[in-house]
Amino acid sequence: MYVAVKGGERAIDNAHTWLAEERRGDTSVAELSVAQIREQLSLAVNRVMAEGSLYDPDLAALAIKQARGDLIEAIFLIRAYRTTLPRLGHAEPVDTGKMACDRRISATFKDVPGGQVLGPTFDYTHRLLDFALEAEGLPPAAETSEAQTGDTPRVTEFLNKGGLIQSEARSDATPPDMTHAPMQYPAGRPLRLQALTRGDEGFVLSMAYSTQRGYGRNHPFVGELRIGKVAVEMDIPELGFAIEIGEVTLSECETVNQFAGSRTEPAQFTRGYGLVFGQTERKAISMALVDRALRWEELGEDNLGAPAQDEEFVLAHSDNIQATGFLEHIKLPHYVDFQSELELVRKIRRDAAEAAMQEAAE
Amino acid sequence: MTPLLSVKNVTKMYGDRIGCADVSFDLYPGEVMGIVGESGSGKSTLLAALAGHHAPDRGEVHFDTRAEGLRDTLTMREPERRMLARTDWAFVHQNPRDGLRMSVSAGGNVGERLMAVGARNYGDIRDTATDWLGRVEINADRIDDRPRAFSGGMQQRLQIARNLVTGPRLVFMDEPTGGLDVSVQARLLDLLRGLVREMGLSAIIVTHDLAVVRLLADRLMVMKSGHVVESGLTDQVLDDPQHGYTQLLVSSVLQV
Amino acid sequence: MTDQTGATTSDYNFAYLDEQTKRMIRRALLKAVAIPGYQVPFASREMPMPYGWGTGGVQVSAACLTPDDTFKVIDQGADDTTNAVSIRKFFEKTADVETTEHTQDATIIQTRHRIPEAPLTEDQILVYQVPIPEPLRFLEPRETETRKMHALEEYGLMHVKLYEDIARHGHIATSYAYPVKVEGRYVMDPSPIPKFDNPKLEMAAIQLFGAGREQRIYAIPPYTQVVSLDFEDHPFDPSKADAPCDLCGADHTYLDEVIIDDAGGRMFVCSDTDYCAGRQAQGHRGRLSPEAAE
Repeated sequence: MYVAVKGGERAIDNAHTWLAEERRGDTSVAELSVAQIREQLSLAVNRVMAEGSLYDPDLAALAIKQARGDLIEAIFLIRAYRTTLPRLGHAEPVDTGKMACDRRISATFKDVPGGQVLGPTFDYTHRLLDFALEAEGLPPAAETSEAQTGDTPRVTEFLNKGGLIQSEARSDATPPDMTHAPMQYPAGRPLRLQALTRGDEGFVLSMAYSTQRGYGRNHPFVGELRIGKVAVEMDIPELGFAIEIGEVTLSECETVNQFAGSRTEPAQFTRGYGLVFGQTERKAISMALVDRALRWEELGEDNLGAPAQDEEFVLAHSDNIQATGFLEHIKLPHYVDFQSELELVRKIRRDAAEAAMQEAAE
Repeated sequence: MTPLLSVKNVTKMYGDRIGCADVSFDLYPGEVMGIVGESGSGKSTLLAALAGHHAPDRGEVHFDTRAEGLRDTLTMREPERRMLARTDWAFVHQNPRDGLRMSVSAGGNVGERLMAVGARNYGDIRDTATDWLGRVEINADRIDDRPRAFSGGMQQRLQIARNLVTGPRLVFMDEPTGGLDVSVQARLLDLLRGLVREMGLSAIIVTHDLAVVRLLADRLMVMKSGHVVESGLTDQVLDDPQHGYTQLLVSSVLQV
Repeated sequence: MTDQTGATTSDYNFAYLDEQTKRMIRRALLKAVAIPGYQVPFASREMPMPYGWGTGGVQVSAACLTPDDTFKVIDQGADDTTNAVSIRKFFEKTADVETTEHTQDATIIQTRHRIPEAPLTEDQILVYQVPIPEPLRFLEPRETETRKMHALEEYGLMHVKLYEDIARHGHIATSYAYPVKVEGRYVMDPSPIPKFDNPKLEMAAIQLFGAGREQRIYAIPPYTQVVSLDFEDHPFDPSKADAPCDLCGADHTYLDEVIIDDAGGRMFVCSDTDYCAGRQAQGHRGRLSPEAAE
């Protein structure tokens, strides 16, 4: 006798309880605190803030804990939470020229005014597992120096003064907001940059990498990469002026790209731009390369048919929350659709068999 | 007599480089016009502008529409222009890949224009497709094969069938024999000549091959650096070229 | 009321979304109803369930629900499939509305992949979850191009696909998400319902379609003409398994095929669980009904 499967509700409840237990792991091992995650897994926290589009290290750390370290799941938690937050207004554009840089390097010049600052980077570490980390203990204190004050000039501005690099037109237009308006193509650069900055790091990285391997090559140099804190200011109508409401850490990358020039314009360098929440330099550099590749039309380049040149392709597939949801939804029951496919295949096979019989009989 | 197509001062610039400049001519029903010139002479630019693939900077392109007589296709609304493009007009690309759906069967390729204008009887669509495959000398048993499995010459013949199935009044052809072997070219030209006569087609053919226009075109326009330098009846222009460039073009062919 | 994460009902607005967002969705819904079958772009929000799991339907339901509504959720026709349970619980928690498994008692029914067997009334709203709203998507991947094709009513390519099916298989080989033309104008994807359900798309209830990831909303107002695409000589055929339900004996319902033993034994049961239970309660019996089997 057949009894239809029931009890989906109980199954879900049980799965949730089990999940909570697995998340905690072996209870004889001390539980991670959110503060520990925030402080000691800070690059994971940065990625969750960047792709979650919400700058809050504590919430990002909580999301990572709740997601058992699955960063896409953590980003998802942050995004869903972000939906419920009221929007009080928007900040003034941040001025990265006033950034208090922890790191600032240029690959295009040996030295630059303001200096090259290596900062806390993995770049020149030897990737050898450090078994000393298995034991607990404090690392030796790093040397300190006086913080630099004042503006840090942008490397690309030096090129701009000589007319060697294309100027970017300034605009006071309010940029579109992809979280409050449906995406429509062609999207234009402000929307493209928004989509890229919250896009999946792996996807943006691979797209950027593909341009380096010849699929829409644009000959990039890292003109400048800077990471540090910038002040966020907001105009308060009651006061009549902008006040500082906090600061955020940003990674900014400007690439300098070759440009052959055209009949009407002399040869000039062009730029790609990346700006991402937190210390996320792989993402910022990748973003700059992809931004530059997407600008082919505006810069009068050929469409080589490369994936990274295709705005609709890149923007429609860069969001990992959309991607993971749609990918994983094929786990949901599809038996109604499958049943109709089953009926159709049976019918087609039956017809074919009948036709074969008919032929044999004739 | 009303011209089928009346072109006035069509000009297209690429930056400060001339694509084509101040081209004017009339094409009458049943007439085949050849446009010749070397590559870069502006003939393909002109064809694309006439067919509405891109907008010229200046000029008018009047087409004798069935309903309202002469209308400027450049100022027409896009739906009307696209409607023309899939009914009264046809465009044969040099590369059949640009004019065919490579992943759709030969029958589907020929049937698409019929379905686009409302044909909804599978049997009728298939019969018409079979008939047209025959007219372009493709065996009826290839109807369910995809163009990928066809030779270059067959692909080009399929493209022609796909374009002519709705009985267009004006056919644009961009180097229809380009990229084919000489023997295949001869067969295709023969086929085209037969179809043009039989259907009384009006056509504009862009080519750098004078043999093509000699066989197909009633009239000829010679283009150089975006300008029309000479025009007239085909035999007249080819046998007694007046402009120095035409003379060079004709003599260079004869030398080959 | 709290769940396993400790969140309480009062942490969120009624039906989760804030009022501004609901207004935005309602505007899109009004436009959709005014232009039947047209896909209205809307600023879909990130919901606490994954894209592809009904975020579009959930947002539409959230924008339609009032505290007086009675809500029903089905997935594959069943109220007790896991995702249906999950969405029902979501609204029990965030909107505190009454829920039901009885089609007749519901004022709003959210569905994935089925239309209930019992005819719906003018007092009901049917909300569909839609994965890919664009019926032309797999013929033309580019949004800029498909929007133009809809605008200019260039639907020839759609029939090329059906032509190819018949040329290859002898039949139109689309068995679900079967494209329809709405009120003689827009070609529409009815979401992945089996083609058996297509004739029911002409109904008394208002039908709203939400695609969250793709940011589109569309609608079929009550009593709107909905025609499944076909050829004159290959007419649309809303076929189903050629068998009656083994539990309630119905021969007019869409059936699930269930494998019941290792020897390839199969049985057919109504996919609409509420409808099947209702018939059984009225005394209808099938081949494998408890009494009959004994």
